[in-house]
Amino acid sequence: MSQIHVTTKINGDETEFLCEPEDTLLDVLRDRLGLTGAKEGCGTGDCGACSVTVDDRLVCSCLMLGAEAEGREIATIEGMADGEVLHPLQRKFIEHAALQCGICTPGILVAAKSLLENNPDPSEEEARYWLAGNLCRCTGYDKIIRAVMDAAAEMRGEIANDPDDSLRRAS
Amino acid sequence: MRYEAPQSVDTAVALLAEAAGSAHVLAGGTDLLVRLRSGHIEPELVVDIKRIEGMRAIVEEDGGWRIGAGVPSAELGEHAGVRGAWPGVVEAAGLIGSTQIQGRATLAGNLCNASPAADSVPAMVAAGATARIAGPGGTRDVAVEDIPTGPGRTSLRPGEFVASIYLPAPAPRSGDAYLRFIPRTEMDIAVVGCGVALTLDEGGTCIAARVSLGAVAAKVLLVGKAAAALVGTAVDDTALAALSAACSEACSPIDDKRGTVAFRTHVAGVLAERAARIALSRAKG
Ligand SMILES: Cc1cc2nc3c(=O)[nH]c(=O)nc-3n(C[C@H](O)[C@H](O)[C@H](O)COP(=O)(O)OP(=O)(O)OC[C@H]3O[C@@H](n4cnc5c(N)ncnc54)[C@H](O)[C@@H]3O)c2cc1C
Ligand code: FES
Ligand code: FES
Repeated sequence: MSQIHVTTKINGDETEFLCEPEDTLLDVLRDRLGLTGAKEGCGTGDCGACSVTVDDRLVCSCLMLGAEAEGREIATIEGMADGEVLHPLQRKFIEHAALQCGICTPGILVAAKSLLENNPDPSEEEARYWLAGNLCRCTGYDKIIRAVMDAAAEMRGEIANDPDDSLRRAS
Repeated sequence: MRYEAPQSVDTAVALLAEAAGSAHVLAGGTDLLVRLRSGHIEPELVVDIKRIEGMRAIVEEDGGWRIGAGVPSAELGEHAGVRGAWPGVVEAAGLIGSTQIQGRATLAGNLCNASPAADSVPAMVAAGATARIAGPGGTRDVAVEDIPTGPGRTSLRPGEFVASIYLPAPAPRSGDAYLRFIPRTEMDIAVVGCGVALTLDEGGTCIAARVSLGAVAAKVLLVGKAAAALVGTAVDDTALAALSAACSEACSPIDDKRGTVAFRTHVAGVLAERAARIALSRAKG
């Protein structure tokens, strides 16, 4: 079977890959490009562990073919931190202990970032609905929501942004 | 499997017609990819229609809205024009799966997947939506309720696909609504779904109505008797009771773990009444 050549942009970088027609974008990211941040929790669109954005729209990478990525802009968890500097959401997840095993975390962070880009001041209910497609079997969700709401407040400039301080408080 | 992403309707039709049998249209992929990955289908050809010109567009036409077959439901929800004209359809599409699913799921895909429980379909039927079908013989417009013929089956002929969905211009003093029953608040398949659209005259008498039920029969139902119960009335309690009874009577549901026959039949009437009340308040502005 002949492979498909795809040119796309991933986390801002021009990327080319070859894939089988039936490979999902998740297969491509993990197995061909070594971007293993997105997880396969279910492969059926139910868990959100594979969340990425495509042209700024949040999707499940397990329900999209790699071939469909041609000419699109993909953003994954690998592009979230700015070098060593964590995104406020990432910092708040650590601070609030919003993860245990961590399998759901990359997907939830990508989904939460997309939420705050669409709605910088979500109500708790809006945040819970937006994240309803991201399952977590460990935390019970409450700490995740606290972390998202806290990060949102910080990003709106409502509370001090001091990464060192928040990390100290978390430890 | 071969993957093609044609850029014109004609190429898509030619590809689908040649590979009759195991060719599948790919829109948002939220149903197709699940079936593909689970081995339920083994397509020889997948035709991604999203790169065809116009498939990603929402265009005003004769006061209504033409929605390309590649438009994801999230985009529909962000479109003030469609939301203003047919809030019930937009709300129904907004119930499909999660944020992630709505980033990809299309109205046309929801329709052509032909699940009796598809959420946007009763809302589209109530709205009087039509599907524009492209095929080897050119294009034809078909009422949405005539597309599904049973679970997983449609009236589309070989080589045909839905190019767009048209939501007509809403009449003055009209309103629509869609409600579904699920055991949780999110991420579940409708046990019953009901769409209602109605129009009032200046005195507040209902002059037109369409009522549609999902998940209570092998395909979406357009319940003429329920609509007739509203027309000529002020949509008062008596009329709503008659609507509710007509909806329950129209049901021929299955019994499964999501709901018994008796439960679905009862809930269909309850939801119809509630949806009609919302549609009424919207019609009154
Ligand atoms: C986790 C999850 C939750 C879900 N929740 C819901 C829910 O709450 N309510 C609900 O109704 N559905 C739900 N679904 C099902 C699905 O998301 C919807 O049916 C969706 O609208 C399908 O649209 P799509 O564009 O993704 O279709 P696709 O998967 O691309 O296609 C679906 C089918 O229709 C055919 N098709 C698609 N477009 C066309 C076209 N233009 N012309 C001809 N044939 C076409 C395809 O060949 C395929 O057979 C859910 C799915 C998942 C994975
Ligand atoms: S792996 Fe994609 S939603 Fe679970
Ligand atoms: S932290 Fe384990 S699944 Fe969420």
